[in-house]
Amino acid sequence: MALAWPLDTMHTTSTLILILAVFGASSVEMVEALTIVVAAGVSRGWRSALEGAATAVVVLALLVGFIGVPLIHYVPIDTLRVVVGALLLVLGLAWLRKAILRASGHKAPHDEDRIYAETVAELSGGGDGGGKSRDGVAFAVAFKGVFLEGTEVVLIVVSLGASQGRLGLAALSAGAAAVVVAGVGVLVARQLSEVPENTIKTVVGVMLTSFGVFWVGEGAGVRWPGSDLAILGLVGFFVLVTLAATAWMRSLLPVPTSVTSS
Amino acid sequence: MTVLRRSLRAFGHFWWDFLIGDSPEFVLATGVIIALAFLLDEGRLVATIVLPLVAAAFLLGSTYRGRKRAARPAAQEEAPASRVSPPTP
Repeated sequence: MALAWPLDTMHTTSTLILILAVFGASSVEMVEALTIVVAAGVSRGWRSALEGAATAVVVLALLVGFIGVPLIHYVPIDTLRVVVGALLLVLGLAWLRKAILRASGHKAPHDEDRIYAETVAELSGGGDGGGKSRDGVAFAVAFKGVFLEGTEVVLIVVSLGASQGRLGLAALSAGAAAVVVAGVGVLVARQLSEVPENTIKTVVGVMLTSFGVFWVGEGAGVRWPGSDLAILGLVGFFVLVTLAATAWMRSLLPVPTSVTSS
Repeated sequence: MTVLRRSLRAFGHFWWDFLIGDSPEFVLATGVIIALAFLLDEGRLVATIVLPLVAAAFLLGSTYRGRKRAARPAAQEEAPASRVSPPTP
């Protein structure tokens, strides 16, 4: 009875972090995908764009089922954790690096407005989709956008879900994020640039890196103090590292030279 | 056959971009962390300190290296054209 509370806390903590990580990652990728779908819909016709997006979502869901379920049932848990941890580490560190470079001003922020404008300009030529008949270009562009952005989400869902034996919960979190982003997209139409994408990316990067280090260690036999609660400690550590790195990188920005006209 | 070849190539491209991309040092970092996790099995508490530190060191090093390449026009890295180019009929 005395052990019930700590064990519950550990499971609740790891479950909460799992949901947040998948939801956040899915949100970021879906914002990018939605920009392309909206651009295809506006310039070529909504019917084909939505069909393309829906088809990609179905293919991604099938991938989760076909890859995730066998992973849980047939791969030894320790091997799975090392492989999953490695994937999460590569993905998480890459996201953090990009987020730090953007937050510190070394890299231009992801500009949904620019991507939207460029996509519309590119699709506007070459015939009118009409909005009523099927348009192959709108379908292909929407499918490609959702599928490419969604593949990373599938990797995260399968990795985190399989390593914790909660594939269904991870898939639900990703689905919820897709619904929320689509809802926001419908309400705000082209105002997707308002979404604080870099902040979400930083948070998700921290979580993926923390999970990655944790699972690699677990799979190799490392016993983390506090078991799953150690993930919180790792999250705190990587938040500090990210803040420090952002401040350090800002200090390395070249000082702008003042231009005075005489 | 062409479709199969194109699919395999796209699959290979995806994994290359995903694992290597513009930050190949993270694959190296992951390899080092996995090796350390197995090597430090006699001092498991040490591993819980060393593994996050190694990940942080690689992140800082890679970010520092990335600032030079990021100084190039951002459009080069984030060009969405490849994502949205319509397929040839």
